[in-house]
Amino acid sequence: MSEFAAIAVFLVLGVGFVLFNFLLSNLIRPKNPNPIKQSTYECGETPVGPAWIQFNVRFYIFCLIFVIFDVEIVFLFPWALVFQSLGLFAFVEMVIFVGILMFGLLYAWKKGLLRWY
Amino acid sequence: MLELDKLIGFVGAQIAALVTALGLGPDWVTLVQLVVAALTLIGFASVMVLGLVYAERKVSAHIQMRVGPMRVGWHGILQTLADAVKLLQKEDITPSNVDRAIYFWAPIVTFVAAFAVYAVIPFGRGLVVTDLNIGILYILAITTFGVIGLLMAGWSSNNKYSLLGGFRSAAQVVSYEVPMALAVIGVVMLTQTLSMVQIVGQQEKFYQWYVWRQPIGFLIYFVAATAEVNRTPFDLPEADSELVAGFVTEYSGMKFAMFFLAEFLNMFTVAAIGTTLFFGGWNGPVLPSWMWFLIKTLAGVFVLMWMRWTYPRLRVDQLMGFAWKFLLPLAILNILITGLFVVLF
Repeated sequence: MSEFAAIAVFLVLGVGFVLFNFLLSNLIRPKNPNPIKQSTYECGETPVGPAWIQFNVRFYIFCLIFVIFDVEIVFLFPWALVFQSLGLFAFVEMVIFVGILMFGLLYAWKKGLLRWY
Repeated sequence: MLELDKLIGFVGAQIAALVTALGLGPDWVTLVQLVVAALTLIGFASVMVLGLVYAERKVSAHIQMRVGPMRVGWHGILQTLADAVKLLQKEDITPSNVDRAIYFWAPIVTFVAAFAVYAVIPFGRGLVVTDLNIGILYILAITTFGVIGLLMAGWSSNNKYSLLGGFRSAAQVVSYEVPMALAVIGVVMLTQTLSMVQIVGQQEKFYQWYVWRQPIGFLIYFVAATAEVNRTPFDLPEADSELVAGFVTEYSGMKFAMFFLAEFLNMFTVAAIGTTLFFGGWNGPVLPSWMWFLIKTLAGVFVLMWMRWTYPRLRVDQLMGFAWKFLLPLAILNILITGLFVVLF
């Protein structure tokens, strides 16, 4: 339990450190806002349209593939941890599991999902 | 000689005595000790980042046959301190059309994700705040949270450069996360433990370093880690020549400083993990253990700086293709080879 208490302390103090810096800066910095200063900068021109628009679907597809392989990694970690005591049987099973996933990657590759344009 | 664990033990005992004298229980003792440890590491991290920024500027300068900062202090050694004070005094310009809450929290998330890792890094013999039994898994998990900070920054700024920078950064970091974690698995298969301290403990002698048994794994880790921290040749999220400054374009003053701090903390972190996993951590002759750790880690950081002025930047398609079509199959292959060796020998 106290092992993870350290993590909690680090998270809280990390947030605290940043907030403290913001506060300190807030106390000593100048504040002269005006509309022109607060406008968004894009090549010295007023931006055309908002930036919250549809984005390239490639990002989404890469995220999907990432989720698949990240889940694979989550499965691989406990396996790798006890691998030496389980021996050949566990190794063959994992080869099959990884093989299926690599086949999936090959499929995505051939489908052109890994191309970026 | 010069080992810090005795000092840490002494300070810890003093804190325990003080807190107990105030009439509080053992839980409070642990809490106060942890708070003091965390504050110490915040101090260490801040000073180290000041040093690294100075080093980055000096290394860059000398590689380009310039001299770099020379005016503030001896050979400009106080330059970054002056810069930090300047950033503290800078007006905080928040554009009027940003998503305020997300804009405010993005630097906090990024910094905390970079800083929380320091709880499990073994800086020397006995110099670790908490030796989690899932140490390396925890590091992989928590550093990925930094991506959320970058995405928050890119999205909330309501600026197309920021948005593109944020998305590119997220795509890049998640893509290289996979080969990096697979490279770590290669080491875990040999160590049979996830605890950082135990991994270091297994590499006492020079020939026991895991880099000798996991050369492919190390190369994959090195490339993926460089991409994880957005360094050249993988610095597309901050490609100055096309995206102004990427996701930090709309940030100024202390908020910008927090992103900067997180970036350099991450650089130190990946070098520290590399040292721990592949180069024997704090093990070494003669010098105290923490000094060995710092020497190895800073050497790693120096290589990252050196590469910045050696290689050109990749294109986005090359970058993504390299992660998925080359590094990922290679990492899987590395795991299979490692497994085969362990099973057969």
